[in-house]
Amino acid sequence: MIEYALEYPDKLYFPLLEHIQMLFITLILSLILASILTIITIYSESLSKTFVYIFSVIYSIPSLAIFALLIPLTGLGKTTAIIVLVLYNQYLLLRNITEGLKEVDPAVTEAAIGIGMNKIQLLFKIKIPLSKKAIFTGVRLAVVSTIGIATIAAFINAGGLGSILNDGLRTVNTVKILWGSILAAGLAIGSNAILSKWEQRL
Amino acid sequence: MTQIAIEFNNVSKRFNHAKYNAVDDVSLNIKEGEFITILGSSGSGKTTLLKMINKLYEPSHGIIKLFDEDISTVDSVILRRRIGYVIQHVGLFPHMTIAQNVASVPKLLNWDKQTINIRVMELLKLVGLNPVEFMDRYPSQLSGGQQQRVGLARALAVDPKIMLLDEPLGAVDAITRLNLQDELLRIHGGLQKTFLLVTHDINEAFKLGNRVVIMNNGRVSQFDTPRNIVASPADNFVNSLIESSRSQEKFWEGLR
Repeated sequence: MIEYALEYPDKLYFPLLEHIQMLFITLILSLILASILTIITIYSESLSKTFVYIFSVIYSIPSLAIFALLIPLTGLGKTTAIIVLVLYNQYLLLRNITEGLKEVDPAVTEAAIGIGMNKIQLLFKIKIPLSKKAIFTGVRLAVVSTIGIATIAAFINAGGLGSILNDGLRTVNTVKILWGSILAAGLAIGSNAILSKWEQRL
Repeated sequence: MTQIAIEFNNVSKRFNHAKYNAVDDVSLNIKEGEFITILGSSGSGKTTLLKMINKLYEPSHGIIKLFDEDISTVDSVILRRRIGYVIQHVGLFPHMTIAQNVASVPKLLNWDKQTINIRVMELLKLVGLNPVEFMDRYPSQLSGGQQQRVGLARALAVDPKIMLLDEPLGAVDAITRLNLQDELLRIHGGLQKTFLLVTHDINEAFKLGNRVVIMNNGRVSQFDTPRNIVASPADNFVNSLIESSRSQEKFWEGLR
């Protein structure tokens, strides 16, 4: 196993980087979309429930099924993978953000409105700073889920750590299967541990 | 002649799905510089009446004017920045220091930093807190009474002509309460602002208010000076309020 890594470092290194790249692009796009949706929802309580509902339905569809459904529209490859990952993340992010915002002390909210904050000021100066922990939990869950589901995206040629596993399975190569598993699991567990530590400090 | 600061003209409020008016056909004139207390039991509509002044609630009927300006024509956010607002649960912003809390409204109005700093110092002194000691602390490090002093300073920050106080002393202990009542009178006396304070405590209402609005089931039972109210209660409800307070006095006398 070690020999394999020493002999072909780029065969592990490259998919790992690709995986991390997919994670970052997905995360940035997810956060942008979630922010836009959150700003829309402060103007309508029912819209907020509708969004969470719609994304919970999407979230419940198995990833391979969505990948397959999107191929005719966006083709094989990273683009399709990232679209699906961003959609999945919306449920995790929006649910945690809306719950967090709702839990802000009503007296604090009333005081903020009473002294003359508008909705945007209330959101950015009061509600978001006071629910950063819940929001961060959403981000952590999204990161871990993205790392996991991105592995499956190798089936639609999106690359990443899933491609090592795919190759390994196809050629019955135990070393490859093990490396793929270790790297994918390690990345997920490692990110979760680091982000949890960070979360506790908030 | 003193100016009319707050004018209610046949104001009613009915909440969605409610059978009765929370506030029912109220007309009042409040002069600039008065300290008005609104007394009533829970559900009497006293808080609803107060919250219509800064447009936290919109009246279903009637017109409210502040200094002769119909508030339905003023943007609610702009209106609220001109009115001081203090609530029972204080609602200090827990993630901001005391100084930042007090500076909230000046910051919304884009005052420059130095003016804000000077004002914060001034306000903390006014409400009886040592600025050097308190400005960098967080709300959770303060007692309930101290928090309400900060709440008062925050509300006074941009020198509003009207102050709305919704049971501001409802959650503090009896001794702190008496101290803060005296502070409120002192602050009001020095500032020439119009104060409106909601309370369910008859002693507090009669001690603080130069005139008292007594509310029952959404209507104003009586609006007069404490002396006149005691001398000639307008109806049975006012009578029973005064009686209840008197019987408590007798209870204390009996303990001597």
